[in-house]
Amino acid sequence: MATKVRPATDGTAQAKLSKDEILRYSRHLIMPEVGMEGQLKLKQAKVLLIGAGGLGAPLGLYLAGAGVGRLGLVDFDVVDFTNLQRQVTFGTSDVGRPKIEAARERLTNLNPEIEIVPHETKLTSKNALDLFAEYDVVVDGTDNFPTRYLVNDACILQGKPNVYGSIFRFEGQATVFGYRGGPCYRCLYPEPPPPGLVPSCAEGGVLGVLPGIVGAIQAMETIKLILGSGDLLVGRLLLFDALGMKFRELKLRKNPACPVCGEHRTITTLIDYYEFCGVRGEESPVPQVQVPEITPRELKTRLDRGDDLFILDVREPHEYQICNLKGHLIPLGELPRRVHELDSSREIIAHCRSGKRSADAVEFLRKAGFRKILNLKGGILAWSDEVDPSVPKY
Amino acid sequence: MAVKVMIPTPLRAYAGKREFAELEARTVGEALGRLTSEFGELRKHLYTDEGRIRSFVNVYVNDEDIRYLGKEDTPIKDGDTISIVPSIAGGCGQVRSSLWTERR
Repeated sequence: MATKVRPATDGTAQAKLSKDEILRYSRHLIMPEVGMEGQLKLKQAKVLLIGAGGLGAPLGLYLAGAGVGRLGLVDFDVVDFTNLQRQVTFGTSDVGRPKIEAARERLTNLNPEIEIVPHETKLTSKNALDLFAEYDVVVDGTDNFPTRYLVNDACILQGKPNVYGSIFRFEGQATVFGYRGGPCYRCLYPEPPPPGLVPSCAEGGVLGVLPGIVGAIQAMETIKLILGSGDLLVGRLLLFDALGMKFRELKLRKNPACPVCGEHRTITTLIDYYEFCGVRGEESPVPQVQVPEITPRELKTRLDRGDDLFILDVREPHEYQICNLKGHLIPLGELPRRVHELDSSREIIAHCRSGKRSADAVEFLRKAGFRKILNLKGGILAWSDEVDPSVPKY
Repeated sequence: MAVKVMIPTPLRAYAGKREFAELEARTVGEALGRLTSEFGELRKHLYTDEGRIRSFVNVYVNDEDIRYLGKEDTPIKDGDTISIVPSIAGGCGQVRSSLWTERR
């Protein structure tokens, strides 16, 4: 008997629910909007999740729970402690494990009736089309612009719907792109922001529940799409403001001049999305401004011998509260108008969390005529690693 | 015409941390002009050096994208809401945090 029949991969073979599955999905089956027909559609569906992070967590859990027959996961990251605040698929014991492995285990435990296909790889222009070809629906739960444009273009080229969600601090956006000739991501935003213009990492962060809500909306749209019922977020951009607890909806129109889905297409194959987004060298960090540096150990030695050093902390006030080196706090964004607080005759050591913002600060101050200024290499993180482990890392 | 301009989270840092601004204007361009003259830093986030609205920032009057209305010349009437909606990428926020500095 076919109690463990795997979902049909070509969508034509007859699918049936086992007795176990009927029990498992009974709350779906007794709803006329899903019923046996809908549940079999879910069982035959093949959904690819890009990213097993904040959005990927509720997506994976709900889609697995709902009985989506084949769930592909693309991720190459490792679980770390900072993930646990929002990535509810993972537990503390998963820290250090590949996300894909931890997610597979968790989702298989949640629903052993479905097939979880791990793709432990980075999505690239080389593998995206082949990967997408195996699935009916692609769900975008990534965290960066190059991958979002790649997912969009690959979906359009393959004719696959793209269930989109993204978040920033306490705001979220969700929609369904590329569904039956509907608008795509490039219709909404033809180009990504240049890297230098996005708010600094100090202003990043995300409220842990937010990806839960936005990811759940994506899961809902994916299921509706498979069932073919309800009104999908096609041609509509849903905005969610968690602080104001408000949902708003904007019209999303197809751009006739869209380079990938418009009338005169100029993008007919996948391109270099890092170049397109102004990010060079894929995973390697963008070259930092070269400024004079001091290592945490050198700084410690000099402080211990009583050198007159002025510690300038360019992080944000809420970061100062987490931990600090008792420096003078001037957030990077306020530096231009607060330069007068600094004495250029004294030796200044600038630091931030990781050394990036303070490098910008040193660069700025050198241009403003400061000569005796050094950047603390690796920031407060390196200080914690190399000098004082009692300083918490964040 | 009294209108409300909604300022999105990523840009609030450049607009005195305000969620919205209420101002008088006859067109979308005029409203954004008033806003960016009040908050100078916001200007480079909304406009290119050539003075065009950036392609990763969309502007809506009520629920309609001004690219499909009269762009910046789109007239506004009393009680309209203008929304500035920039592109966000996150997982964690933006390309800078996810790809560069935060990926330790």
